[in-house]
Amino acid sequence: MSDTSFVRTEMLPEKDPPATSVGAIGWARANLFDGWFNSVLTILSLAFIWYVLAGVIPWVFQSVWNATSLTECREIMSETWGSTHGHACWGVINDRWLQLLYGFYPPYPVTPDVNAGDGTGMLPAYFRPNLAFVLLLVAISPVLFTNLPRKLLIVSAAYPFLMPWLMWGGSIWGPVMVAAGFGIGFLAYRIVNPLAGSLTAIIAAIFVPIIWWLTLAGPVAGVLEGIVSISIPEVESRRFGGFMLSILIGVVAIGCSLPIGIFLALGRQSDLLIVKSLCVGFIEFIRGVPLITLLFVASVLLNIFLPPGTEFDIILRVLIMVTLFAAAYMAEVIRGGLAALPKGQYEGADSLGLNYWQAQRLIIMPQALKISIPGIVSTFIGVFKDTTLVSIIGLLDPLGLSNAIRADAAWNGIYWELFAFIAVLFFVFCFSMSRYSMYLERKLHTGH
Amino acid sequence: MTTLTDPPKESFRLSMLIYDTRYRSMTIQAVAMIGFMLAAAWLINNTIVNLNTLGKPIDFGFLSEPSSYDINQRLLDYNSRDTHLRASLLGLLNTLVVAVLGCITATILGVLIGVLRLSKNWLVSRIMTVYVEMFRNVPVLLWIVLAMAILIESLPAPRAFRGEDATASMSFFDTIAVTNRGVYVPEVLFSRSLGDVHFLGTSSFRFDVSLDLIAFLIVLGASIFAVRKVTARAARIQEETGERPKTLWLNIGIIVVPTAILFAALGFHLGYPELKGFNFSGGTHLRNSLIALWLALSLYTAAFIAEIVRGGILAISKGQTEAAGALGLRPGKIMRLVILPQALRVIIPPLISNYLNLTKNSSLAIAVGYMDITGTLGGITMNQTGRELECVLMLMACYLIISLSISSVMNWYNNRVKLVER
Repeated sequence: MSDTSFVRTEMLPEKDPPATSVGAIGWARANLFDGWFNSVLTILSLAFIWYVLAGVIPWVFQSVWNATSLTECREIMSETWGSTHGHACWGVINDRWLQLLYGFYPPYPVTPDVNAGDGTGMLPAYFRPNLAFVLLLVAISPVLFTNLPRKLLIVSAAYPFLMPWLMWGGSIWGPVMVAAGFGIGFLAYRIVNPLAGSLTAIIAAIFVPIIWWLTLAGPVAGVLEGIVSISIPEVESRRFGGFMLSILIGVVAIGCSLPIGIFLALGRQSDLLIVKSLCVGFIEFIRGVPLITLLFVASVLLNIFLPPGTEFDIILRVLIMVTLFAAAYMAEVIRGGLAALPKGQYEGADSLGLNYWQAQRLIIMPQALKISIPGIVSTFIGVFKDTTLVSIIGLLDPLGLSNAIRADAAWNGIYWELFAFIAVLFFVFCFSMSRYSMYLERKLHTGH
Repeated sequence: MTTLTDPPKESFRLSMLIYDTRYRSMTIQAVAMIGFMLAAAWLINNTIVNLNTLGKPIDFGFLSEPSSYDINQRLLDYNSRDTHLRASLLGLLNTLVVAVLGCITATILGVLIGVLRLSKNWLVSRIMTVYVEMFRNVPVLLWIVLAMAILIESLPAPRAFRGEDATASMSFFDTIAVTNRGVYVPEVLFSRSLGDVHFLGTSSFRFDVSLDLIAFLIVLGASIFAVRKVTARAARIQEETGERPKTLWLNIGIIVVPTAILFAALGFHLGYPELKGFNFSGGTHLRNSLIALWLALSLYTAAFIAEIVRGGILAISKGQTEAAGALGLRPGKIMRLVILPQALRVIIPPLISNYLNLTKNSSLAIAVGYMDITGTLGGITMNQTGRELECVLMLMACYLIISLSISSVMNWYNNRVKLVER
């Protein structure tokens, strides 16, 4: 027998995959031209993208930035491109962007008599809202990102008192006295607790600050202002506007609605019939009516509900109603989180001998809030978008301002540029919030 | 030896109301109730005092006064001598019209976009992602005013349709006129109409019912009944012999022929819009405000519905698809028979709550001048009569009733499809 073999005895070297199934071509074949139907879809999509981009890109980039009126814009356009069609007139943004961002907030609030003088030693333009915004970022960063130093939480705690002072101005002693109320409440608790038991202490911790705010806080602030005057010029609410107003309403409503929402959700989950039905009634009522009717309440009715002669400003009224609105939605989101927790967690907390509030604080809430993060963030986004509704009751949010700008003869008839600018700003805010929620979900995902 | 004795009977002490868990919940409830009543009494008292100072105590009498304003889109007959109550009723109907139209288109668009977002085609799924993010992250009010601006600014005026050198022309074989004053579509007319039946005389709730419509519905109902009989018979034959008789053409015939006969008997024809003077007449006029609101609400809500649909489909485990494939079902049938019935269970509850949102968002009609209930009762009626409290209360009550009925439908559905676990 010879050694002839018809079977290959050594391995062949590996061959590269065919050029059509790897790299860009392979990817395109697999994802874009997989069968005739997909190919048709791809071609249609490409045509659609081409159509949109061919319209939008020249509009955005072959545009006029330096113009002070629409007429001027159109003159420049017909000189440069021979037609006024298909070119954006960003001159309006160039001209009015400060107004769209800050409304009629004075760039240089009138300095108090102490620093009288024209222009010398004044703060830079819009210093106060900008500082408030930067501080907002600083204040929320330790809450959002856990790897930051915990000391930043001091800023977070001070922010609720600092922000109104920066925005509305006036004496610093007002906010300080309000903050002092909380300190007094805490002190009252610490003093009364050893003397008369925890329940009395809690009652004292609630009532002493209220008495302080209602009676003493004002006079004391006045006296302190007389001794050491630290005040910045006041800015009236009607001058607030633009994105500053949207962010202000959004942030306040979001910040206040979270704690209220937690309590409403706990109330709704509780066994106490009366508490439960009050919470359910409130939540279902608010969720059943559109925000615009609540804003009507803010603009025409809230003063009727309060003692005769009470007159407080429209922004505060809107803030109250938007907060209540957000709180009801927040409560439902958190209730979902509470319901999703396995029953073993509640029973485990009980078996450790924790009382209701300890169990909520240490075991239930951290997990329930974690589960409900996506819902909470989407409520935030919803509330922020809904701040545009205040334009209907006459506040000058960006949409309200866009009408005001159009009412000016110079910019009469300009639509797309304003809408595009407003839409892009909202998009940036909302989109980054939703991305943050995704990041948080991934980070907090401790399951498998 | 041990003896079991009852614990000593404690006499009731006042402090037990706080420290004994048996009584504490009652104490808390009583305190909550008293607190709530006090707050409510305080608010109501303030309101009454304030309203008396203003000289307008609560009184719903204004509802029966003439409204003296016009409503441009009306489903029932109405003129400015009618009462405020009737104006509100028309507003409510307009709200329902835009809500129903919006829900239908939003569902169709949303399902389409949600499915396309899962497409294997990279380009298509990216475009749909961009659509969803674009619409979800920009306020709906902006979309509404933008849609209105597009309609008014970019569409041709009616006079562009005029004359020899017309710059615009009607679409769909000269039947639909799209102008910046609205869209004119053909209307359904019957030359031998059966007429209307009038109900409730001259009250604010009077309405007419078209007998043509009733006849049409009766015939259609009978046809559907017949179709179901035919289908049942086909199923029975299939059970017995294993062969299913072809019923498609028969069914189409049963639906179409009687309706066609009825229409012919009633003298059915379409009334086309025509350019007369400076505007179109004839046909049905869909106003810009309706179209802008409808368009913006459906596009906006569709983005949310798309996400719900996508989530629902993704929630069905891949094993279901593979098992169905192993049974030899084609992709279309897998979707229809296996995936969708399970996905619907996940999809429908959030879908209905989006319908609710759409209905509530339709109150933004006031921004484009659509005369819905916010525009009539909460807008002109409130401003004319100065009855803010009454108007806002009624407005809220209307929306609450709509919301509560939608959510009761949702609860009913949830209970019906609830998985019965072992």
